[in-house]
Amino acid sequence: MSANTVPVIPTGPTGKPIKTIDLHIGEAEPGCQKRDPILVVDGVRRTFGGLTAVDVDHVEVPRGAITALIGPNGAGKTTLFNLLTGFDKPDAGKWTFDGRPIAGVPAYRVARLGQIRTFQLTKALGLLTVMDNMLLGAKGQTGENLFRALLPFLWRKQEVENKAKALDLLTRFKLDTKKDDYAASLSGGQRKLLEMARALMSDPTLVMLDEPMAGVNPALTQSLLDHILNLKSQGMTVLFVEHDMHMVRHIADWVIVMAEGKVVAEGDPHEVMKNPAVIDAYLGQHHDEDIGEDPEAEVVHVSAIKELLDDER
Amino acid sequence: MDWGAIFSNAAVELISPTTAAYALAALGLAVHFGYTGLLNFGQAGFMALGAYGYAISILTFGFPVWGAFLVGVGASVIFALILGIPTLRLRADYLAIVTIAAAEIVRLLFTTNSFASVTGSANGLSGYKNEFAALNPLAAGSYGFGPFENNAYDTWLRIVAWSIVILAALFVWQIMRSPWGRVIKGIREDEDAVRALGKNVYAYKMQSLVLGGVFGTIAGMIFALPRAVVPSNYQTTLTFFIYAILLLGGAATVLGPIVGSMIFWVLLSFFSGFVSRAVEAGWFPFMTGVQGSQLRFILVGVAIMLIVIFRPQGIFGNKKELAFVR
Repeated sequence: MSANTVPVIPTGPTGKPIKTIDLHIGEAEPGCQKRDPILVVDGVRRTFGGLTAVDVDHVEVPRGAITALIGPNGAGKTTLFNLLTGFDKPDAGKWTFDGRPIAGVPAYRVARLGQIRTFQLTKALGLLTVMDNMLLGAKGQTGENLFRALLPFLWRKQEVENKAKALDLLTRFKLDTKKDDYAASLSGGQRKLLEMARALMSDPTLVMLDEPMAGVNPALTQSLLDHILNLKSQGMTVLFVEHDMHMVRHIADWVIVMAEGKVVAEGDPHEVMKNPAVIDAYLGQHHDEDIGEDPEAEVVHVSAIKELLDDER
Repeated sequence: MDWGAIFSNAAVELISPTTAAYALAALGLAVHFGYTGLLNFGQAGFMALGAYGYAISILTFGFPVWGAFLVGVGASVIFALILGIPTLRLRADYLAIVTIAAAEIVRLLFTTNSFASVTGSANGLSGYKNEFAALNPLAAGSYGFGPFENNAYDTWLRIVAWSIVILAALFVWQIMRSPWGRVIKGIREDEDAVRALGKNVYAYKMQSLVLGGVFGTIAGMIFALPRAVVPSNYQTTLTFFIYAILLLGGAATVLGPIVGSMIFWVLLSFFSGFVSRAVEAGWFPFMTGVQGSQLRFILVGVAIMLIVIFRPQGIFGNKKELAFVR
């Protein structure tokens, strides 16, 4: 990688994040087997009219690691996210989470099983306070039943516990001073933090982040990255969609590359970018006629284009 | 110009059963629209079901008051389920279209001649008050003072109507500050986000639709008790008056619908009295008495516009909320 990419991502407090390695069995190829998969996807297909948005034969997401899902615009990353979390229904296919088949399970049940997602366009609940946003994330609340809601003594104790937990999380995400403000008053980056903190209220096992860095002020980027790395150190699995290659290289342990709805490559974040299929995906299939043969040069080219795109955002 | 009579007639509306009925119906809409974000444009349909459910149960089937009450509530629960099952999975605007149409269907079913023996067709129903009056514990005579002086039946009706309104307001206040209310308000802001947090959004929206609908139904019964049940009372304009009351008081508030209803009816009565006397006194030489009686709605409309322009959050609404209107 060229030297000028280094200052963009400052290293975390402990220097470079420790990568989780040895995740797969056999060759690092599309659909390769993982030692301990948390999410196993089989033959998932979703078409919109004549367009096949997602057509994934087989893919496994390793447990306890940070996996990045990358690919050019329109590759089907977000559609796959929506399918896996029950927000959209596939034409065909099944998948298991923690060994349990969850195809066709509604979104709210998927979330209750411990697979929590965030959204590309942040969904902070604007006219609720930051604290209420957090409390909404807690699971199994007695007072969320209409009849029990009438009898505060049934849920007051649980509410106090949830509040303490929420305040603890908000302090970690440096939002504790904002707890009584409307979420609508937060900046874009703070809303991303709030959404992530809210997702953690339910103690998930798999956190799925859809473009956690999109629209975030660079000053907040490092703090968001550290929070994602923290999720891993607390034993959670992270799957995220991202366009920012620097971020992917910095924190991802494993990268899954999608193009035109298919998984075209998988592997270690530094290796996978050298894969010809990835270069094809980003630059088009006939790029090499003019650019030349050297794959190293092409990788530089890819990052150059990516940086241009990043600058434009 | 008899200003005393104008003001005293207006004051009567402050605690009239009709005001209570509108307040309760608006409270139901506050649950739907203000807290859950459901665009229910069929509150008149819920009210009609309450009024007809009560009247038909007593007149045709000879039910006691509590039985008739339960029939009305049951009818509105079924109505809410019929509306909600197909539409609550769709975007909010679909519910608005379906509810406005469904309320008209309900009204036209009550108007059609085919069921005239039960519904009384366009003439409606009357003569169902004795059962309610028989429950009156007050001795015959006159109660209250000044413009609020009423006979025993009217006082009894006012006590029951406002007790129900107060109970309903306490109920809404309690559930909206509970975790249930938090989920409901979250659904108003973004239902996908709430779904992603593991809440069964569909079930919550259904509970809200049924709850607000039942409020509308009970309001329909209170509305019917001082008058006859006439289908033309339950047109879509009724729903829009209730929306006006809700926005006047503040959409996501408990006291807003109640005070909004009082202001609406006092203003309506005041303008009605003022305009009719002003026409008589020749203040508006270009206007006949019939035109004058329509003018009151124009004046109420202007008054409501002024309130909404200068206090858009409603009387009890939180001004801070408006800083973030998307």
